[in-house]
Amino acid sequence: MITLGFLGAFGDAIEFIFNERESVSGGVQIGGLGEMVDLSLTHILVSAVPMAAAVLLFLPLGLTLGHKNRGEFLAISVSNVGRAVPSLALLAFFLAYLGIGFTNVATVLFLLAIPPILTNTFVGVRQVDSSVVDAARGMGMSDLEIIRKVELPLALPTIFAGIRVATVAVVATATIAPLANVHTLGVPITEPQTYGTAGQLGAAILVAFVTLGADGLLRLVQRAMTPPGLRLSDDNSPEGKTRLTLGTLRRERTT
Amino acid sequence: MSALLGLPIAQVQIQERAGDSCIATNGFCPDWIADNFDRYVDPFFEHVFLTVVSVGIGFAIAFSLALLAHRLRWTFGPISAVTQVLYTVPSLAAFFLLQPITGRGNLTAIVALVAYTLFILFANITTGLQNVSDDVKDSARGMGLTDRQLLWRVELPLALPEIFAGLRIATTTTIGLATLAFFAGGGGLGAVIEQQLFFKSNVVVAGGLAVALAAVFDLLILGIQRLSMPWRRVQLAT
Repeated sequence: MITLGFLGAFGDAIEFIFNERESVSGGVQIGGLGEMVDLSLTHILVSAVPMAAAVLLFLPLGLTLGHKNRGEFLAISVSNVGRAVPSLALLAFFLAYLGIGFTNVATVLFLLAIPPILTNTFVGVRQVDSSVVDAARGMGMSDLEIIRKVELPLALPTIFAGIRVATVAVVATATIAPLANVHTLGVPITEPQTYGTAGQLGAAILVAFVTLGADGLLRLVQRAMTPPGLRLSDDNSPEGKTRLTLGTLRRERTT
Repeated sequence: MSALLGLPIAQVQIQERAGDSCIATNGFCPDWIADNFDRYVDPFFEHVFLTVVSVGIGFAIAFSLALLAHRLRWTFGPISAVTQVLYTVPSLAAFFLLQPITGRGNLTAIVALVAYTLFILFANITTGLQNVSDDVKDSARGMGLTDRQLLWRVELPLALPEIFAGLRIATTTTIGLATLAFFAGGGGLGAVIEQQLFFKSNVVVAGGLAVALAAVFDLLILGIQRLSMPWRRVQLAT
């Protein structure tokens, strides 16, 4: 057994993650890798299911709307409204009116995931240079081909920025799921009388890791999906990277 | 009271005091809200305080960082990467990660919220500066403007739409995240939601106030944006 007590609160928290101990109020064994892995898996499951559903349903919708340049008002304002509704308020609303449980929490997270995905997909497609789309049409591509082979790849940075923003929001909000009786990593956070400060801090560390891990994974997926010819214009260059969009489409880039 | 529910007398009493039965059945109770509205006033202003201070400090830092990245291009990558990590770590987790260092209270909440706003603001300010066309900069230089004049009189004014867009996103997001500040020992509307999480009237009022606050701030910033860019209004009028 490794003792990390000398690192103070953080050491105690890390020890909590790896080794079981008696609960603060006594009587129960808490913490340790077994429980933490269980909580993490529930956390990931309750986040992944609504994320997958939101991407499967609203990515195609965003692509279609963007391609046809229809429904800009809807696609943009859904995001403005979505940002204004606090996740805690949304969860509390669902709890008070529809009750607790996995389905309700997943529904709340699904609703949270929609705005960034829909808006960023729409904006990403709209930002594709129209002469590129014209050229594709001139080469005889169908609408479906243009979406799939031209607009989607060129919009990927913006689309993935939206998916990542949604993922962070969903994983973060899944932390308060224990309020709805879903046992995620939020359990030690919401029950300090049992888990103590070490449990709270340990769980917070794991939540941060899960989020950063999901974010890193999505970056890898984005990289894998980006055609080699487009990879040069990847992240971390200031040139025209729109991660967070609001209201109006950005001005045309000067080239 | 529930033990007496079987007795006819108790039922009559409950019918007479309709407000109470509304609470007992956990309905949406306008009477209760009217009677108890004052309990939301302090948390509401605490929420405003958390938001204004966090976005204010966040903007000051992000603005300085953006000017630095604008002047020294090589700093853009590192600053962008660091702020992005701070943005990715959920503020709820940050509220606890900071507690061993800053203790419980509004300070912890503000530090976490500031950290969260940095990336949004930094990204938007730098995008705004980046979007200023080279032709405009060339002609400004041709007119004899120094670097400093170019920045303050040409680049920053032209970057205002993106800067304001960033402010609006950061503000509404912060209002949402500040509802979780009670986890850090801070106040705000979230604390009231959490106290009576399953009471419909409470959830609707506290949540509604948070949404209303976000809407008001959003319109306020939009108004300031209109006022600060008179040349845009002229364009729209013609």
